[in-house]
Amino acid sequence: MMDLSSINPILLVASLMVAATPILLAAIGELVVERSGVLNLGVEGMMITGAVCGFVVAVNSGSPWLGFIGAAVGGALLSLVFGVLTQFFLSNQVATGLALTLFGLGLSALIGQGYIGIKAPAFPDWDIPILGDIPIIGPIVFQHDPMVYVGLLIVAGVWAFLTYSRAGLILRAVGENHEAAHALGYHVMRVRMLAIMFGGACAGLGGAYLSLVRVPQWTEGMTAGAGWIALAIVVFASWRPWRLLLGAYLFGGVTVLQLNLQAAGAAIAVEYLSMAPYLATIAVLVIMRAGRAPGSLGQSFHASR
Amino acid sequence: MTIKTFLTGATLAAGLATGAAAQDDPTTVGFVYVGPVGDGGWTYEHNQGRLAVEEHFGDAVETVFVESVPEGADAVRVMTQMALQGADLIFTTSFGYMDQTIEVASQFPDVKFEHATGYKRADNVSTYSARFYEGRAVQGHIAGQMTESNIIGYIASYPIPEVIRGINAAYLHAAEVNPDVEFRIVWAYTWFDPAKEAEAANVLIEQGADVILQHTDSTAPQAAAQAAGDVVTFGQASDMYEFAPFPRVSSIIDDWAPYYIDRVQAVIDGTWESTDTWDGIGPGMVAIGEITDAVPAEIKASAEDMIERLRTGEYHAFTGPINRQDGSVWLAEGETADDGTLLGMDFYVEGIDAEIPQ
Repeated sequence: MMDLSSINPILLVASLMVAATPILLAAIGELVVERSGVLNLGVEGMMITGAVCGFVVAVNSGSPWLGFIGAAVGGALLSLVFGVLTQFFLSNQVATGLALTLFGLGLSALIGQGYIGIKAPAFPDWDIPILGDIPIIGPIVFQHDPMVYVGLLIVAGVWAFLTYSRAGLILRAVGENHEAAHALGYHVMRVRMLAIMFGGACAGLGGAYLSLVRVPQWTEGMTAGAGWIALAIVVFASWRPWRLLLGAYLFGGVTVLQLNLQAAGAAIAVEYLSMAPYLATIAVLVIMRAGRAPGSLGQSFHASR
Repeated sequence: MTIKTFLTGATLAAGLATGAAAQDDPTTVGFVYVGPVGDGGWTYEHNQGRLAVEEHFGDAVETVFVESVPEGADAVRVMTQMALQGADLIFTTSFGYMDQTIEVASQFPDVKFEHATGYKRADNVSTYSARFYEGRAVQGHIAGQMTESNIIGYIASYPIPEVIRGINAAYLHAAEVNPDVEFRIVWAYTWFDPAKEAEAANVLIEQGADVILQHTDSTAPQAAAQAAGDVVTFGQASDMYEFAPFPRVSSIIDDWAPYYIDRVQAVIDGTWESTDTWDGIGPGMVAIGEITDAVPAEIKASAEDMIERLRTGEYHAFTGPINRQDGSVWLAEGETADDGTLLGMDFYVEGIDAEIPQ
């Protein structure tokens, strides 16, 4: 019956880092956007746009690295549409974000025509010398493709930026109270536009991770809701980078674990296993919940008001 | 997704306003798809059927389709809009549209509906499906002989009779040629989610499977097997030939075109009636994609012999003796399964070491 010995814990932990990376990338971008006081529900649309842009660039250039750059640019350009509409034309952020997702799904299908069934150039794992040879920890932590580490670096960078840098402080001030930040002479719109584009670029990277590494090929609608999970993780992580990392790894980990348990024939009903990633992530992050939403989240700002 | 469907509905409604004048000229045929037409699998093949209808009838028929329609309330809106727009015949191409199809059909008695893979019919609702299990039998026959680890991984979608039937057919024919074979089954609870399908394939490969069978629609498991290097796969719903000759060594192809053309013709002629169609390899609704040279010649020959016997009806994929999982007798020696049991299949056959989610 149950054959848990067939689950290799080292492979399990190693694969959770990979499984979590697309959500992690998209979520960390959205975290910065929301900390600046903007709610962009278009993560799914920017992810899928990044997935197709990255794939197209990588296939045509033969370089996955250029593909990731293309994905970041594609995601950022799409987010610019959202930025212009919400910041300059003061459109409703919720509605505009939803529209962005729809637009992104359609646009990506259009761009991706002719790329279905094509293979992406290989993106080899990094076998980091010495570190990768450490028993147990080596294969778990140090033998992944480079984007896994890029994701971690971005999380660390965002944390340091928000916590220690002056620019990070300004960004948080804009998110907490845009009137006060404006009165102090900070350019609310400029800060927010930059945050929105950063969020778009990160979501694009997350999408490209799916189309270039995880799957790896282009299929319409391939993000299949990952953007919505990223959005939820930002909220449950109380807008804090390290909690967000925990949330994403937890979600990725339980997803991989439940598939492993199923394949090993665990005597747990499959329905419970399938819901486990969602339940576990929500439960842990709610229990640890500490922060509150940025004060100006989702509100439009105009200097005259 | 909800909003996307809503907007699609709005577009269709706008189409109604402009299209109403030309109502009785071409026959309008609607298609509701569960995935994107670019999935390379299930929906792709239904769309090929739609394109075949367009080509066959030319200007006499107009087709409309909506893709990625969630199973549930959204499907009702899409079907209702199609009916309002003047569709004469609507194909709803996923099991999960069953109740919605019946519901909408009762409100539009003059519109004909065709629901794929379901079992509920009405005066204006037909059902149609293909005997995919015949293809699964061939897959099992090849898989059982190709595996060296004796572990075959199976990515299942939802625990519905069609999927369970496929698992049983594949297992019976794998165990027939290789008594040591073991099935590891993972339920993905999705028809289409490339990332999840890739993950499921990787998990199965990590646990020792060297053959992966899939009942989900994307080509992601094929790519995962290709990356692993020594894992055999089969194309699902579509040929997935871009992964041939290895890992994809053969495939089950759904060929809906002849059926769709027939049914549209029946609507044009006014001879359409509610029917229940369940065709297999014989009538051509199920095709087996080329068995590549990665399969040893003698295995290929015996598989082709099996395809031929299934085609002529000489052999039924469920021929006794077959016991249920609990050891009780299902089919006696030489007895073949009746369609009723197959359509409602909710049990594994003896030898499968797993439980069906309830």
